[in-house]
Amino acid sequence: MTLFNHSAKELQQLLHNKEVSAVELTDEAFRRIDKVDGDVKAFLALDEERAKARAAELDNTPVDQRGPLHGLPVGVKDNIVTEGLETTCASRMLGGFDPIYNATAAKKLDDAGLITVGKVNMDEFAMGGSTENSYYKKTANPWNLEYVPGGSSGGSAAAVAAGEVPFTLGSDTGGSIRQPAAYCGVVGMKPTYGRVSRYGLVAFASSLDQIGPITRTVEDNAFLLSAISGHDPYDSTSFDVEVPDFASALTGDIKGLKIGIASEYLGEGVGEASRNAVKDAIKVLESLGAEVGEISLPHTKYALPAYYLLSSSEASSNLARFDGIRYGYRAEGIENLEDLYKQTRAEGFGDEVKTRIMLGTFALSSGFYDAYYKKAQKVRTLVRDDFTNAFEKYDVVIGPTAPTPAFKIGELIDDQLTMYANDILTIPVNLAGVPAISVPCGFDNGLPLGLQVIGRHFDESTVYRVAHAFEQATDFHKRMPEIREGLER
Amino acid sequence: MAVITKDQVKHVANLARLAITEEKEVEYYTEKLATIIEFAEQLNEVDTSGVEPTTHPVPLVNVLREDEPAKGLDRDLMLKNVPEHEDGMVKVPSILG
Repeated sequence: MTLFNHSAKELQQLLHNKEVSAVELTDEAFRRIDKVDGDVKAFLALDEERAKARAAELDNTPVDQRGPLHGLPVGVKDNIVTEGLETTCASRMLGGFDPIYNATAAKKLDDAGLITVGKVNMDEFAMGGSTENSYYKKTANPWNLEYVPGGSSGGSAAAVAAGEVPFTLGSDTGGSIRQPAAYCGVVGMKPTYGRVSRYGLVAFASSLDQIGPITRTVEDNAFLLSAISGHDPYDSTSFDVEVPDFASALTGDIKGLKIGIASEYLGEGVGEASRNAVKDAIKVLESLGAEVGEISLPHTKYALPAYYLLSSSEASSNLARFDGIRYGYRAEGIENLEDLYKQTRAEGFGDEVKTRIMLGTFALSSGFYDAYYKKAQKVRTLVRDDFTNAFEKYDVVIGPTAPTPAFKIGELIDDQLTMYANDILTIPVNLAGVPAISVPCGFDNGLPLGLQVIGRHFDESTVYRVAHAFEQATDFHKRMPEIREGLER
Repeated sequence: MAVITKDQVKHVANLARLAITEEKEVEYYTEKLATIIEFAEQLNEVDTSGVEPTTHPVPLVNVLREDEPAKGLDRDLMLKNVPEHEDGMVKVPSILG
């Protein structure tokens, strides 16, 4: 019996039948971490003592008061603040930072009876696509340890793929949940902007950031999203709309559903393996009764440059708070305030973060604002309109999640534009604010590929229904990386 | 003309309160930023006349709530992560002279 190969539903049944306890599931998480994390390097901080105590408490909860995720372990991306558990954003700037409150999403994990076992690695302040920008460690892809897990939620995706925890939370500003999910062969959902509260998510680009779940199966993902969604008075951009039970949308029936395939998503810059996997996926979806048609999202190409200007501009403002005064790193031996700011920030931030702060400051500065920032905002409107037009005719839009499978650690570190281009198919979704999922759809040389399913605003249910129907009709999610084999017990 | 000069990089670094002063570092970031800005120039191919800018993906206007007093965070707790503090106050270096 391999515990974390079970779905949430199966684990709940085991808990119900007292075949396993929350304490045992938590022990399993720490045992797995102990066994494989020396290789995978997904975790930055562990909360073993509190997690075990909480698991013991949760085992006493009467069965009729338990939700679908009760007593199950979870890992949390290190830009989501967790009370009493070090939260660093994988930056030297926040080394030792000990949050005094919980992010709303973290609190909702607690409310759902989940057990936070630790914090997972990421690119510093979520800026990057390989988790190589972490100040602390480089996470490896569980399918091949020489390859990156993707990013920025690389720790979140790798921890699930390696069977260290059954679920994690990530965050997605330009693809940071979906791209690592694709690279690691797991399921990652970026919800509609406003679906999940951003309170306590350390801000990168506030008009783009969303927290979302990374899991092994679509059903688990739907459970976890229902648990963390909802309006929050502490985040006025969170929407006051009903939170559906997303799992109830998983009917397996997609007959007559209209699916658009964006020609740009199979065009220039997209590798053959990704293209072919999606073409095969189209056949699967058609065999299930969906009607697939080709569409155009003509501004796709411009989403990438617009995104870098907008997200960096927002970041330059958001990261102004790191001043060495109120929390975080502080440069030593500085005599005056302005030098303290400058030295603290020069020493506390890594190279990519500094680059983006300066890019954003430049795009917002006098004389360049209209040419760069405002221009990018107008292009954002056109990218959003592309989706609005597509959704007049189609229920969902599909394409590859990323142009290629994972690349080798160190391979692209000096090739900035190629690194950025790995997000060309995920970024438009953030600009438009619509929801999208990545679900495993194939392999290339032993490395996983992801199918991206994009839906209308607040229609995660249809996205999940399509992803689930595809998953159930294929075997990709059943393949496990070798490193999971130690799970036998 | 270069899309961004070394002097502009120094200016931007100063605005962003980043100590980037060594000539080698300035050169490094000038090159890096120029690559991205040149790439971003392709936005000029797009005709955006008459297009409204999008600041936010899902339109929301004037989110209001009842003005109900609630307890804030405890001061001692808030000082927990402050690098230097004294008598319940945050300490900063001299700001005059």
